[in-house]
Amino acid sequence: MPRRHLAFWLRLAFLLGLAAALEVLCRTGSIPRLTMIPPSEMAVRLAGGLRSGEYLADIGFTFANIGAAIAISIALGALLGLLIHALPRLRRLVDPMLASYYSVPTFVFYPLLIVLLGLTRWPLVAIGAMFGVVAMILNTINGLDRVPRALVKSGRVFRLSRWETVWRIKLPAAAPSLFTGVKLAVTYSVIGVIAGEFILSVAGLGRRIKLAYDNLDNPGMYALLLFVLTATVLVYFFVHGWERRVHRRWRP
Amino acid sequence: MRALVPPAISGRQAADVVLFVAALAALWQGAHELVGKEGLASPLATFARAGALLGSASFWPHAGATGLAFVYALAVALAGGLAIGLALGYFRLAGEVFEPVVGAVYSIPKITLYPIILLLFGLTLSAKVAFGALHGIFPMIIFTMGGVKNAKPVLLKAARAMRLSPAASIRHILIPAALPEIFTGFRIGFSLTLLGTLIGELFASDRGLGFLLIRSIEHNDAETILALTVLLFAASATVGWALLRLDRRLRRHAEAEPASL
Repeated sequence: MPRRHLAFWLRLAFLLGLAAALEVLCRTGSIPRLTMIPPSEMAVRLAGGLRSGEYLADIGFTFANIGAAIAISIALGALLGLLIHALPRLRRLVDPMLASYYSVPTFVFYPLLIVLLGLTRWPLVAIGAMFGVVAMILNTINGLDRVPRALVKSGRVFRLSRWETVWRIKLPAAAPSLFTGVKLAVTYSVIGVIAGEFILSVAGLGRRIKLAYDNLDNPGMYALLLFVLTATVLVYFFVHGWERRVHRRWRP
Repeated sequence: MRALVPPAISGRQAADVVLFVAALAALWQGAHELVGKEGLASPLATFARAGALLGSASFWPHAGATGLAFVYALAVALAGGLAIGLALGYFRLAGEVFEPVVGAVYSIPKITLYPIILLLFGLTLSAKVAFGALHGIFPMIIFTMGGVKNAKPVLLKAARAMRLSPAASIRHILIPAALPEIFTGFRIGFSLTLLGTLIGELFASDRGLGFLLIRSIEHNDAETILALTVLLFAASATVGWALLRLDRRLRRHAEAEPASL
């Protein structure tokens, strides 16, 4: 059996074993029901909730916010990356800020965003985009730094305009780095939006989990947790696999 | 060892920095005029409030509480992340089995796990520490594992030729070889642990800087919200920037002398 398959089956066995161990510990009462409910009950409760449609509005709210945050992060991040890369004077100024950006707990700005944008979906979109945009900027700049000079020179030979050079040469040549930026922007936007909902929000999955916790509704809370964790892990594997394919295809 | 003195800043660069700071301050003041002082405090009022906070006796116990939880959490994340990362890097199969699991857990919004931490630990210091460590441990694991896996095979061959025990080859070969990566993991883990500790205090605590922040949100105290934001931003950006400088230096050093152990 190839090693890769062996690793896959071992991983599956480990995860199933973990779930089974939790199930047994919860059923025998070693883990009290007040702390955790058996995984099977979480799944049953989640399936019921999904069928009855009681989570639908919150799921829609959260995913729309995440989508908007991702779109803003990617578009704005690529644009700002291009701009900063084109202006070395600006770049010298903002480089230290960009480099140490993720050492600052971004959520300290969330209260401020609520004050500025009101208790609507927009502070959530903003915090998600704030979280994701800098990863996109950093990776755009990184990718543009690595565009081979020969390509830019041949663009000049063809007398491409400034925008044509960006569109036809620089961005395609920087693609692997851009996709890494997209991957991080997606992950960070998801984290930003759900965490914001958890802190303070009018709707959404994060808020729903917090409400269930505050009301001591453990089954409801664990069902939604299971949903959020499954969804984010699926998103992770999707963008991860996608990025790996892009990197393989672009390898010179 | 190179001198620690930064390169001299030219006049134009200094002027650029002044211009940039002035533009940011003007933007802030403009936003303040736009939304009013209930929404966004002015730069001057914010810095005055921040100064008052730093001078008041009631501020420092809160900063101390956050600091204590943070130091414990960082110690747990560092020790645990190093041990797990080294093990997953050293035992190749284990690394292949667990790498995607670690990556996936790293990518989930860990804030949603907070209720579980609270149900396990209650409203205690341990809950804050556990939550901080939960944020910081994954980058430590991922970078340590990556560093060990990318160590040059010739180094391990040398270890085998000298008949080093696994413990000795980890101690004397793998850790030094992976040190730049381990430090990057520590740097990222440092910021995430701080983030985790602060978020922990936002929800369930009766002291700490996160608690001060959530209390001023509840009281709609725009000046204090912004002053705390600025203080936290300044402190974490300074430490983050210093760690980044150190990180880049370590990497340059490692690239310049690939064979040095």
